[in-house]
Amino acid sequence: MIEVRQLTKSYAVGDRQVPVLKGIDLDVDDGELVAFMGSSGSGKSTLLNVLGLLDRHDGGTYRLGGELVEGLTEARSAELRNRWIGFVFQSFHLLPFKTAAENVALPLTYRRMPRKERVQRALAGLERVGLADWADHLPNQLSGGQKQRVAIARALVTEPRLVLADEPTGALDSTTSLEIMDLLREVNEAGNTMVVVTHEPEIAERCDRTIRLRDGLIERDP
Amino acid sequence: MSDLLRELVEDVVRHPLRSTLTALSVAWGTFMLVVLLGLGTGLQNSVRWQFRDDATNSIWIYDGETSLPYQGHRVGREVQFVEADIGRVESLPGVEHLTGRFYPPGRRALLKVGDRASAYGVRSVHPDHVYLENTLVVAGRFLNPLDLSDKRKVVVLGREVADFLFRGQRDEQVLGQWVDLAGTPFRVVGLFEDEGGDGEVSIVYIPITTARTVFRGGDRVHQIMFTVGDASVEEANQIASVVTRQVAQSHQIHPDDPTAFRVRNYLEQFQQLQGVFLMLELFTWVVGIGTVLAGVVGVGNIMLVSVQERTAEIGLRKALGATPGRIVAGVVREAVLLTAVAGYTGVVAGVAAVEAIRTWVPDNDYLRNPEPEVGVALVAMGLLVLAGAVAGFVPAWRAATVDPITALRDA
Repeated sequence: MIEVRQLTKSYAVGDRQVPVLKGIDLDVDDGELVAFMGSSGSGKSTLLNVLGLLDRHDGGTYRLGGELVEGLTEARSAELRNRWIGFVFQSFHLLPFKTAAENVALPLTYRRMPRKERVQRALAGLERVGLADWADHLPNQLSGGQKQRVAIARALVTEPRLVLADEPTGALDSTTSLEIMDLLREVNEAGNTMVVVTHEPEIAERCDRTIRLRDGLIERDP
Repeated sequence: MSDLLRELVEDVVRHPLRSTLTALSVAWGTFMLVVLLGLGTGLQNSVRWQFRDDATNSIWIYDGETSLPYQGHRVGREVQFVEADIGRVESLPGVEHLTGRFYPPGRRALLKVGDRASAYGVRSVHPDHVYLENTLVVAGRFLNPLDLSDKRKVVVLGREVADFLFRGQRDEQVLGQWVDLAGTPFRVVGLFEDEGGDGEVSIVYIPITTARTVFRGGDRVHQIMFTVGDASVEEANQIASVVTRQVAQSHQIHPDDPTAFRVRNYLEQFQQLQGVFLMLELFTWVVGIGTVLAGVVGVGNIMLVSVQERTAEIGLRKALGATPGRIVAGVVREAVLLTAVAGYTGVVAGVAAVEAIRTWVPDNDYLRNPEPEVGVALVAMGLLVLAGAVAGFVPAWRAATVDPITALRDA
């Protein structure tokens, strides 16, 4: 699913280029559940952004599903993100003025899918995360765990092959965190490749494989 | 499409006060534009109306008093036109249709038919007078040279006069009947109408020669009037000055005496008014478009604020697969929708206001039949939509360049 070779990335800070990723080699197979761990500044979020086509790498190669990712226009990467990748964020990023169902259906609007089908799929997605009865609620009527479930349903509604979760439990209490992690595992077991960025060992423990990053390099990849 | 509309309406409705105020500024702009243009047309119509019964290429000369000594004559001499002046002016180049006017004392006379009697304005003129006021002879004829040379006692009646004196009679029946005018019987030879309104048809015309006999006027002429064809304003002024010098010479008046004659050049007045109208229209457009522009800048501003507020939302949408083109289109569409709906509302309100004025405010000297220029308003609408797109462009560009990573960064 993911094949990364000698990936580098640096950011301009003032008139200086600060390297963030210094040559990453990484393979993630179909159906894997991988955790990225590392202290802040280790490059784990940048790596996730590059993998998620939200950011471009400077050097090395990145193949996603066998396709070389290089020189994509913004429009093309948006299309690929929509087709291939589901995102789960630490602070959920639900649109506050849309109901749970509308939030879940949002990615489908960028596919020119008929409204009826979108609603159908969104409701099915909410059912999958156990929130069928909350479809018409606005985000501020939901608990943190419920919000993240809605966000997970949104990530899955496009049937992506890769789910990227950036600190998905970072804003939740420990009990809820474990519940969410169990849900992500379930999703993974249903066939989705998944990468989770976390700094919580209990979360990483529940993944198949934990990759540790440090100073822009993979420190340990068992 | 309905999805798009839903999104747009949602966006606008999310900040009802802000959207309303912004929309109001645009609506006010188009409203003002339409109303100003409508009133401008009303003013023009009213002035044209006041001019319309007179030949706009005519020059009227009244006699006055001298203020310069000349050839031994004292200052303050009263100038009096005489019939001979008409002959002197007649042959001058540039003078097209020429007439004098002689007014009986009080300018009015009692007209009587049987037991019906009323006082009406009496104008004693030459035959060419018919060209000076847009007099429409609807039955019979106007005065002719024979009437003058034979000093015939004939009269041409205005519509009002005929309707009163010969109530219930057809126009043809009135012709040939006799009217008692200040004690002298006159035969009706024609009936006329005039676009100048009731005042202009409550008068009668009689031959200037007959009038001078009946009212003992000698060979007096009170007023000389003539048209100048299609002469320009400068040419018309030139002709007028040749005419006054000619008359001045025969009356032994200083050729440059400023008060011996009063000259009213309708052509010049008309042209000046046309110029004023042009300026007025230009001014209206400048003010109107300025106001609309202020509204459009407001829309752009609001969109910018809106984009700023929605940075996270835009970032999220991009992450979920919205292309930059789609983001740009969304913002521009919102700006266009806002300006178009608001602008249209303003146009409709403006048209309604002008219609209301037209209906409820009676025609007067300053306003007559104000017309909402719907065509112009529609053009303005088109421009407005364009302006909306331009207003939306900067915010849209700002939105399109939102970096989803920055926007979604968990802080």
